[in-house]
Amino acid sequence: MMEIDFTHRQSAHCENGVTANLVSHYGISMSEPLAFGIGGGLFFGYIPFMRLNGLPLTTFRAITGLIFKRVTRELGIKTVSRRFRSRAESMRVLDEVLGRGIPVGLQTGAWWLPYFPEAYRFHFNMHNLVVYGKRGDDYLISDPVFPEPVVCDGADLARARFTKGTLAPKGRMYYLEHVPENVDCRDPVRKGIKTVCRAMLKSSLPIIGVSGIRFLARRLERWPRKLGDDRALLHLGQLIRMQEEIGTGGAGFRFIYAAFLEEAAGVFGEDYFLELSKRLTAIGDRWREFAVRAARNCKGRASDDDSYPAMAAILMDCAEREEKLYRDLLQTV
Amino acid sequence: MRQDEVPQDEGIAEGLVEVTYAVDDDGHYTQVGSAGWEPKNISNHQAWEEIVKKVEAVRAEVEAGRVSPLAFHMARNQMEAGLLASYMGLFRWQVRRHLKPAVFARLESELLERYAAMLRTTVAALGDINLAPEMKIPGSRGGA
Repeated sequence: MMEIDFTHRQSAHCENGVTANLVSHYGISMSEPLAFGIGGGLFFGYIPFMRLNGLPLTTFRAITGLIFKRVTRELGIKTVSRRFRSRAESMRVLDEVLGRGIPVGLQTGAWWLPYFPEAYRFHFNMHNLVVYGKRGDDYLISDPVFPEPVVCDGADLARARFTKGTLAPKGRMYYLEHVPENVDCRDPVRKGIKTVCRAMLKSSLPIIGVSGIRFLARRLERWPRKLGDDRALLHLGQLIRMQEEIGTGGAGFRFIYAAFLEEAAGVFGEDYFLELSKRLTAIGDRWREFAVRAARNCKGRASDDDSYPAMAAILMDCAEREEKLYRDLLQTV
Repeated sequence: MRQDEVPQDEGIAEGLVEVTYAVDDDGHYTQVGSAGWEPKNISNHQAWEEIVKKVEAVRAEVEAGRVSPLAFHMARNQMEAGLLASYMGLFRWQVRRHLKPAVFARLESELLERYAAMLRTTVAALGDINLAPEMKIPGSRGGA
């Protein structure tokens, strides 16, 4: 039996939580919003040619792995990341690293994790968690989307590490190897802000960033005509699920980023960030309003205010406000 | 979103309280637990209804003898032939072949055991879909 003294903190999003908790374990106190901000996690992409359950993929955050990578790189932390061919080998190395007293991050598939609620058991391979100990055949796990640490049988965990399909993790594990004594967050925060602003404003692809939000708005307006009412509703439902479910959270990410901007105000001693934070909160509320109207359609309770053009108008408004916000934010750094 | 606006609509999360970020009375961000939100519950329910609809369609196909019970368990597990094949270490065409009732009936018990493990069921239920427990939509009060 071994157990590393690891502080579990629940977070809204798994990779933020894993990153913040691992970094904090080594004495650099880091909140979830700070990890999200430095990691440049905020993003938008509407990718109609990539399908999930046969419906277009919409993403509200950077691809999995990027937040951890950017945060550790910007803070000058040395990390080790490995993938494996063999399941047995991957579990042996996990035990060995745990034995050295090092908490280990894993990329897993939600499908095989027995402690997951049934509703969230989809073939989704981008779930991150931290293993901090072992008791007999059971692993002690800090899964950031759960309020308390959980326990998972070794065989199940091995299956989850070698889940198949899109973005299969192939046993991916990662941990911190060397952490510098003194860390100054100011440059990493600046860089994280620039990354997000550039991705949202200056992508050359029309489906990425604020242009992507507008692209989606135009498409959405045409869904009923192009797809028929039933398919349009399925598209709409998938969009809200991608916007609001565990690990994605579109409006939720706006609020986390707004919390990050509030922290940035403290880091730089600059109240201007507070104003930007407030504006982003209002934008997040607007995204939620969109979800409410879309859900009313799915439930068959739509009123005239909930028409597809009306919903598209909300998205256009979100894009408009976000564009201004990122432009102003870019001026500050 | 203000602290007092954080939704507490229980549903799909089945008691799991998630973290959200909301603004407190002084205008500062704070973590607030949420039991769920109605739009999330609705869209998730919709996705599960689609899954159940598909499973029931495949059940009818199996009962009519057009496809093997493997197809039913695949649908229940939200798997396509390609995904199941990669779990089994088979080629996709092999799994597709096993979807034919005549071919499936001749499969060796070792292979059936592996299929059962990957599809979270028993060998008996793999052969007879009526032994599989009824599918229920998670978090829905009063069943599917």
